[in-house]
Amino acid sequence: MQAKGTVFRYGDNVDTDVIIPARYLNTSNHKELASHCMEDIDQNFIKQVKEGDIMVADKNFGCGSSREHAPIAIKESGISCVIARTFARIFYRNSINIGLPILECPEACDGIKAGDVVSVDFTTGKITNETTGAVYQSEPFPEFMQNLIEAGGLAGYIAKGGK
Amino acid sequence: MGMTMSQKILAHHANLESVRAGQLIMADLDMVLGNDITAPVAINEFGKFGKETVFDKDKVALVPDHFSPNKDIKAAEQCKAVRCFANDHDITNYFDVGQMGIEHALLPEKGLVGAGDLVIGADSHTCTYGALGAFSTGVGSTDMACGMATGQAWFKVPSAIKFNLTGSFSKHVSGKDLILHIIGMIGVDGALYQSMEFVGPGVKNLTIDDRFTIANMAIEAGAKNGIFPVDEVALEYMKEHYKKEPRIYEADSDAVYDRVIDIDLSKVKSTISFPHLPSNTRTIDEIGEGEVKIDQVVIGSCTNGHISDLRQAAAILKGKKIAKHVRALIFPATQEIWKQAMHEGLFDIFVDSGCAVSTPTCGPCLGGHMGILAEGERAVSTTNRNFVGRMGHVKSEVYLASPAVAAASAVAGYIADPAKVMEG
Ligand code: SF4
Repeated sequence: MQAKGTVFRYGDNVDTDVIIPARYLNTSNHKELASHCMEDIDQNFIKQVKEGDIMVADKNFGCGSSREHAPIAIKESGISCVIARTFARIFYRNSINIGLPILECPEACDGIKAGDVVSVDFTTGKITNETTGAVYQSEPFPEFMQNLIEAGGLAGYIAKGGK
Repeated sequence: MGMTMSQKILAHHANLESVRAGQLIMADLDMVLGNDITAPVAINEFGKFGKETVFDKDKVALVPDHFSPNKDIKAAEQCKAVRCFANDHDITNYFDVGQMGIEHALLPEKGLVGAGDLVIGADSHTCTYGALGAFSTGVGSTDMACGMATGQAWFKVPSAIKFNLTGSFSKHVSGKDLILHIIGMIGVDGALYQSMEFVGPGVKNLTIDDRFTIANMAIEAGAKNGIFPVDEVALEYMKEHYKKEPRIYEADSDAVYDRVIDIDLSKVKSTISFPHLPSNTRTIDEIGEGEVKIDQVVIGSCTNGHISDLRQAAAILKGKKIAKHVRALIFPATQEIWKQAMHEGLFDIFVDSGCAVSTPTCGPCLGGHMGILAEGERAVSTTNRNFVGRMGHVKSEVYLASPAVAAASAVAGYIADPAKVMEG
């Protein structure tokens, strides 16, 4: 399993209210949610993001509410992977459960800038900054998590008989 | 190695002798909660499991509180989806408008959560029930769906920070000031993945409502849960409300904590979180008189919509008028609290001072409906989050405070010290 794309770079404590503002939570339509993703801190995100792009942020990404709409909006926008120094607990859990790959890797966060092209190998946990050539090692996903992500999340995984 | 209080509850529900921090466990749930934002997503996921029915119709609680009474057609559709699901599955604990209260005040009041319970809710402030000695934590909709289908959830056993409390609050200081003080000290990720366990001789001086407020905001420090020992105060509350027998767990004397923080409650001052993070705190004496002029005051929410919160606000507003340029909105957290406040005459005080009193709803807390801020407007709010755009326009600002500070600020028209407003 691999991902490769251009980086959108954010800072500390990106909260779920800026990932998807509550004023749009009167729907759970994935496309509609994605169309407002990040708009309160980055109006250009949704205009520029392409399928496969990667989000990189600093500490405590996804803090705040338990809204699964946040990782759903990010995934639906086309983002293939989020790399951060640390993730807020519920966001981490939700991302895995809906099949959005996320990685904690402080070193990668030090070395990756907005616009860099980055590739990620989920099996080995290797993160490569194709722009600078730098390589970083994060914790590889355990096999069940790779299967879960491939099944599109926990529901698909359970439906396929995974345990 | 000894276990923390949280670890003991988890071990019990996983049918294990003991657990240690970092261990992944599968545990049985006593209650699974969802609201009108998170439940529709969960219901959708639930449909994919191919399960005929929920694991136990008495152990699911559905509370449409966020955008209800329905704010618009889309919200009405969301609430309808929850209502239909509740009907189809004969869910015992479904609370529609009229019985509805803000979920985290409602569940304890209805006796659905209590000491020793393991609760997940698709809402981050599910951690509130730690006030009663439950292990409760917020999860997402998929976890909720899984919980409704199987009665179980996976957990990574948390380590803990111990807060050793001594003394008692000085006048006008309450649980909100303490939790804001703590978040200011350790940061919004200061307790990431950890439990916050509150112990010490100071605990007995905290009212049950103080404890609800404190446990409620554990998530604002990134914590998995916040929890209090089960003492007389908690038992008294549960005697009146809780439907089951409380199961009392205590931390082992040799339990290991990542950190121990001592706090003398008498030294805690009125504390306010400035935009745009709950950790961006200042004490009242660090804010200049008239420095932060405000447009709106919100008193209510799952954090501070309890009866004692309303009493504290009323004590300050009694016989006074709020400032001319300020709109003040009061949101009792549940119908019961609403009724009690009415009978105690608090509504007379609020309305005479110029406040508007609302039916229970989350509305203004999350910028959903009722009390949305315009560009450049500022609110002092007893809610729990002040992120960018939380209460309306991206260029509006939210200052988090206690009910006493919020009421005092409504009168002054700027962030004000309750003591000064009472004298003046
Ligand atoms: S009052 Fe606010 S914080 Fe509490 S449940 Fe409602 S939206 Fe969430």
